[in-house]
Amino acid sequence: MTPESPFPFLSVLIFGPVAGVAVLALLRDERAQRWWTLFVTAAVGLLSLLLLPRFNTDTHAFQFVEQAAWIPTLKINYTLGLDGISLLLVLLTTLMMPLCVLASWNYIKTRVKEFMIALLLMETTMIGVFSALDTILFFVFWEAMLIPMALMIGVWGGPRRVYASLKFFIYTMAGSVFLLVALIALRLQTGTFSLPDTMGHPLSAGFQSWVFAAFFISFAIKVPMFPFHTWLPAAHVEAPTAGSVLLASILLKMGTYGFLRFALPITPLAAHTFGPYVMWISVVAILYGGFAALAQTDLKKLVAYSSVSHMGFATLGIFALNTGGIEGATLVMINHGITTGGLFMVVGLIYERLHTRDIGAAAGIGKQMPIFAFCYGLFCLSSLAFPGTNSFIGEFLVLAGGLKVSKLLILCAVPGIVAAAAYNLRMLQKLAWGGTDNPKHPPLADLNFREMVMFAPLVAFVFWIGLHPQPVMRIMHASVVHLLQQANPVITQVAALP
Amino acid sequence: MSSFLAFLPELILLAGALGLFVVALGDGRVRLARTVSLLTATGMLLAALFTFGQQMVMFDGAYRVDGFSQFLKIVIGFGYVCVVLLSGELRDIRGEAKPEYYLFIALSLIGLTLLVSSIDVITLVVSLELSSFALYLLVPMRRERAGQRAQMESAIKYLMFGVAATGVMLFGFSYLYGLTGSTSLPVILAKLPPLLASSNSSLAIVGLALALAGLLYKLAVFPFHFWTPDVYEGAANETSGLIASLPKVGAVAVLVRLVSLATPEHAAFATLLTCLAVASMVYGNLIALVQTDFKRLLGFSGIAHAGYALIGFVALDDAGYAAALYYISGYMLMVLACFVVICHVSPDGANVSVADLAGLHRRSPLLAVTLLVGVFALAGIPPFVGFMAKLSLLTAALDKGHLALVVVAVINSAIAIYYYLRIVRTAFFGESEGIPARIQLAWPVAALCLLLIAGITALGVVPATVVDTISRSLAAIKFPPLG
Repeated sequence: MTPESPFPFLSVLIFGPVAGVAVLALLRDERAQRWWTLFVTAAVGLLSLLLLPRFNTDTHAFQFVEQAAWIPTLKINYTLGLDGISLLLVLLTTLMMPLCVLASWNYIKTRVKEFMIALLLMETTMIGVFSALDTILFFVFWEAMLIPMALMIGVWGGPRRVYASLKFFIYTMAGSVFLLVALIALRLQTGTFSLPDTMGHPLSAGFQSWVFAAFFISFAIKVPMFPFHTWLPAAHVEAPTAGSVLLASILLKMGTYGFLRFALPITPLAAHTFGPYVMWISVVAILYGGFAALAQTDLKKLVAYSSVSHMGFATLGIFALNTGGIEGATLVMINHGITTGGLFMVVGLIYERLHTRDIGAAAGIGKQMPIFAFCYGLFCLSSLAFPGTNSFIGEFLVLAGGLKVSKLLILCAVPGIVAAAAYNLRMLQKLAWGGTDNPKHPPLADLNFREMVMFAPLVAFVFWIGLHPQPVMRIMHASVVHLLQQANPVITQVAALP
Repeated sequence: MSSFLAFLPELILLAGALGLFVVALGDGRVRLARTVSLLTATGMLLAALFTFGQQMVMFDGAYRVDGFSQFLKIVIGFGYVCVVLLSGELRDIRGEAKPEYYLFIALSLIGLTLLVSSIDVITLVVSLELSSFALYLLVPMRRERAGQRAQMESAIKYLMFGVAATGVMLFGFSYLYGLTGSTSLPVILAKLPPLLASSNSSLAIVGLALALAGLLYKLAVFPFHFWTPDVYEGAANETSGLIASLPKVGAVAVLVRLVSLATPEHAAFATLLTCLAVASMVYGNLIALVQTDFKRLLGFSGIAHAGYALIGFVALDDAGYAAALYYISGYMLMVLACFVVICHVSPDGANVSVADLAGLHRRSPLLAVTLLVGVFALAGIPPFVGFMAKLSLLTAALDKGHLALVVVAVINSAIAIYYYLRIVRTAFFGESEGIPARIQLAWPVAALCLLLIAGITALGVVPATVVDTISRSLAAIKFPPLG
């Protein structure tokens, strides 16, 4: 770790939103509440940009480190820090948050204050998860995140919101209790809750397998990997737009981030032993998600299943355990955040205008809303990994990384990529050009200024990462190389296994 | 003079109780009684804070003021303030009995306060009985409803089980007395461990185990739990809140004193506690799943939480005891938060079913948030105290190699999530029929809500001071000679 940062950037980023909540609680006017939340999230976003020039891309060490004793008797510390991978995820979070506020501007009509409080608390916990370097601190943020998210789904969601909210909560909680036991067991083996100190600590193969199993259950539910994905469509469909965007863009990344931060460096032996199986499950997720999406008529469900498929690419890349795979997986995580976040915003916008999410009912709206159709089309193309858009680079790297491990595996994943093209183009074709004289449509207004502001950064990133991914790759490169140095020396031991 | 100072919290409580006795002699002095109670409670809390750090042995070695006892007196004092604020309207207590109600709370509190300082078996039993008998009397004070006398049934049940448990406890103490020839805990502490370690240790183990019975009954550990759901349901809401919170702190405190007579080498004792903990957790959680009455649900969840607290004792070392004390202090706050809601959701003091909570977020946002914090804390979700306390319990137990117990505990917390979420779901996502009346909260109640929310969050987020204090205070129970 590098020496402590002179200015506590991360603490300010984490607790800035909490301070925002304190002020927000006093505001009575709904307009003021919306503007204030936008202001706070935008301020946090701008502050997080200050991290970029200060970040040293040549080292894998954790930067912006902050450390303080938290509960000395239990040896729990308040330790924060970022490496290249978590920096990108923090930036993704701070980028999506103001957009989520904009997406909820008119969508949320009741209990605006409470909704905005939930949003801000989400931001705190999400940034906390990505910057915590103490396992218990990580777990606290990881679990605390459930409360605002479940409330967001349960209070402001669709007709089956209660079911979806409870399923989300119980599913995630059931996974994380095992994570907690694993963290305590690790602490008793290594004598510390500190994440950097736990990494690379020699642990016996049997112990690693158990810890890996606990990690896997917890993170695979969060990703979600097939067959733990069933909470996802329910939660996505019922959540309000901002909830869906946060779920897709940030929360799912916590699962893959967990694999990168915990499973690979702490239990490398087990990661190598079980990696091939995880890769096969990932391929199943790619195929299953793709074909399930093909069968959906509800737009949100379609995008939700496509998430399962995309996150399959991320886990596939991670467990390829080579530079291409992991860099690709990290890029897929960022791209999925941008693209799928954008798609959910688009769907939310359709719902605001038409009060339906049915593909048939929404057919042909592109004729009336050309700017909207442009954004929609772009996100669809990005979602099917069209060359020149962001997702292409990520998925290409993952496939290249996977090919080094097994050609058969990648061959099996190909139908999933074709399915992605099919469901995205079908959706785009229906919405942009299908059924032009749909009489049920009221005259539809194209994007207003607020909505354009909401989409502009996402559109910019789709092209930017798609055409010039080098800056992003440079941020993560040193960290990924170091991660592999931690995970890969055990290859010889694995090969020696019977 | 200094012995007077060290005894200050107890003296204030005694004075308050005497005052309440005089007040209760007249008619219609409820407001006065409440004011006197609040003053006593605040005075006792301040005195306990003030006397923290005092060390003294009094009454011929029967009573000991040290870091351990004074920390617990602070917790109990805080709980007393909360209980008095909670018992504001006493909607379901018979009108003429209301002043006496406050008197008996004070008497029960005296018993608890004496209990945590008692280091002689005789004082210990007497204080335990003092705290219990006052509670036995509080239960039947509930207003009678047409056609049912549930409060009487509960009172009898509570009394019978309580007396039986005390009997078993005394029987156990008689063994310990027979083995060591003394009723003084320091003497027993010196003489018992060699006996426990010897090959012929069964009598000592049986004696110690039986002696725990009275406390396990207070804590509502399986198989001493039978009274819990019925008493919670039959007693007035305020009374249940008192029974569910403060006596458990006292019980854990004395359990720490007694269990520390055994050391980690006593596998039989650890096994016994493990069985009790597992049975309590599994039984409490599974039965709680199907409850519809909120108080019964809390009763069964209380049995489960008693099981969690016992996890700390299984470790048989200071880390475990500290975790158990931390847990039960947090539990007191969480369960009080739930009872604040129960007492104020019910318009006439009748029992509250989970379904009655529907639409609480519209009727009273503050109560709804209090419930949310209390219930999520009970469920062990960070950043609330329930999580941190459970973490320290599990760490302590796993440190001594009780992996199976820890796994059972986390599976149980996953099961428990379901019924806790059911409460949150009803309160936040459910809508009541018609236009529900808003619940107006008097300022003391609103203050109590904020106090509990702040306490539950602070104990979870910045627990270092409290955990340190507990750990350091535990050194005192090893009875080093006072200098």
